Amino acid sequence: MLEFAAALFSDYTARTILLGAASLGVVSGVVGSYAVLRRQSLMGDVMSHAALPGIVVAFLVAGAKERLPIFLGAAVSAALAAAAIGLVTSNSRIKTDSAMGIALSVFFGLGLVLLTYAQHAPDANQAGLDKFLFGQAEALVERDVAVIALTGLFALAVVLAFWKELKLLCFDPDFGGTMGFSPKLLDALVTAVMVSAIVIGLQTVGVVLMSSMLIAPAVAARQWTSGMGRMVAASALVAAVSGVAGVAASAGLENVPTGPAVVVCASAVALFSVLFSPEGFFTRRLRDSRSRREIRKDYVLGALHRLALEHGDPRYAHSEKLLSLGSDEGFDVRKSLSRLEDSGQVERAGEGDWRLTPAGVRAAARRAPSRGAGE
Amino acid sequence: MKDPGQGAAPAALRVTDLTVAYGEKTVLWDVDLEIPRGTMAGVVGPNGAGKTTLIKSVQGLVPRVAGVVLVHGEPYEKRRREVSYVPQRGSVDWDFPASVIDVVKMGSYGDLGWMRRPGKREHERALEALGKVDMLPLARRQIGQLSGGQQQRVFLARALMQSASVYLLDEPFQGVDATTEKAVVGILKELVSGGKTVLAVHHDLNTVSEYYERVAIVNVGLVASGRVEEVFNSENLVKAYGGKTPFFPGRETSLRAV
Repeated sequence: MLEFAAALFSDYTARTILLGAASLGVVSGVVGSYAVLRRQSLMGDVMSHAALPGIVVAFLVAGAKERLPIFLGAAVSAALAAAAIGLVTSNSRIKTDSAMGIALSVFFGLGLVLLTYAQHAPDANQAGLDKFLFGQAEALVERDVAVIALTGLFALAVVLAFWKELKLLCFDPDFGGTMGFSPKLLDALVTAVMVSAIVIGLQTVGVVLMSSMLIAPAVAARQWTSGMGRMVAASALVAAVSGVAGVAASAGLENVPTGPAVVVCASAVALFSVLFSPEGFFTRRLRDSRSRREIRKDYVLGALHRLALEHGDPRYAHSEKLLSLGSDEGFDVRKSLSRLEDSGQVERAGEGDWRLTPAGVRAAARRAPSRGAGE
Repeated sequence: MKDPGQGAAPAALRVTDLTVAYGEKTVLWDVDLEIPRGTMAGVVGPNGAGKTTLIKSVQGLVPRVAGVVLVHGEPYEKRRREVSYVPQRGSVDWDFPASVIDVVKMGSYGDLGWMRRPGKREHERALEALGKVDMLPLARRQIGQLSGGQQQRVFLARALMQSASVYLLDEPFQGVDATTEKAVVGILKELVSGGKTVLAVHHDLNTVSEYYERVAIVNVGLVASGRVEEVFNSENLVKAYGGKTPFFPGRETSLRAV
């Protein structure tokens, strides 16, 4: 394992790819946090898919697989999709989610049509255009990584400079508006940053998977943290680590493409977080069932104590049947009894009869003094 | 209509010919409203009468078809820093990753301006504001763990952070506990006695006379506005609410057949 890591880091090409994937991770982790916090996760999805027609048009116009025109084409077409969604929602009765769905299918559909056309066009050196669908991190060269890093720095600078303004935009845009921080302007800023993140993600993970790079790390980070700063940082970390892990996985295993491997890593972290973080699905279930169990135990202990006190002897035995008939508990009294038995608070007193142990009497008196002495 | 003695000083808030439409639907029609300085005023009206739209359009959050809004005699846009807005509690996502004090500090952002971050001074002022609403012990609490009443107190504390003279509140008593309602009213009345002006969208007609000096009764158009004892009567309420008037002020003479 260590040898593998050492080999990976000493190889120039591998190091370039690692660096590219990690920088892309930082950027998409940060930018994606804003998409998630604004409940616009889908927006990232739409915009990355919508980059495709721009890429192909740029290719058809520029004629070769030049980077700059392709980046520009992708940016313009992603931004157009965002603008179209804004126009449609503010000028018709179509709601945002529908507008996003429409924009995604129209732009991506158009992109696929153009892609097919371009691939069948004669004489074009079009091999590799379809790599923009799922990315081709293996092909990253030093210059690409420099572009990723520079664009990333721009995105980070914007986020840091306008930290408090963007926080307002996410939490309470109207309130921000009344203080002179125009939500429209800030929205445009976030869109610009998102577009740049998507553009630099094209080569590495591709238009189809880029949205997971934006959403998954942010969702994962949100599960563990409760401050915006920590969330954004954690999201960047998750995405960067996923980037590195994805590259390593595809280098170490046969036939594992890099981009998808990166996305799978990020998604795995998100899934794990949603299930097992302190507020996660399983954690919460476990906590709930534990507390239900405790409350039921207390209840049974209290009932036994109260009944016994009616006989003037706190250790008077009662049948399990009486305990379950006494009221409609709606749960299995026997389970609670055997748990109490395990903890030495009750003991069997013959066939189906139970009584409190001295420890149980003390616990019952301590836990429910009012219930015990009530009547 | 006008209060005698208010003479020369411009009203804290003066709305003229305010009209707002969503698409083809007119939500507010030609509303004129004048709130003198140092008064506590309420806005009432049935659901969908445009109360929230009124508060929002005054601040330019909803585009106005027509109308002029003056704050202390000058256009709102020039005086926005003097106006503090307390939106409806339900208008934001309380699952947002922030603590109570984070949210309260947002009230200082306007004074700080673009790019400058809140510092020690803002932190202390935020704590002070939290003290006023009895939330100091919860300063570090996640906002997701607050009750409705506590959320409302946080919003009020955030408004207190702003150096404002006019407070616009949207349903500040919606879904809050009785203690919070009392506390909020107390704070608002204190602001008013200090010369500030309060305009709150209000739902409960039973408490209008108790809380407010002036009231505006709205249903798309302005039905009536003025001192509570002069305009808050069954005649105006029937005009605004139609036959479904949920309440007739007790002082009113007879309940005429409607």
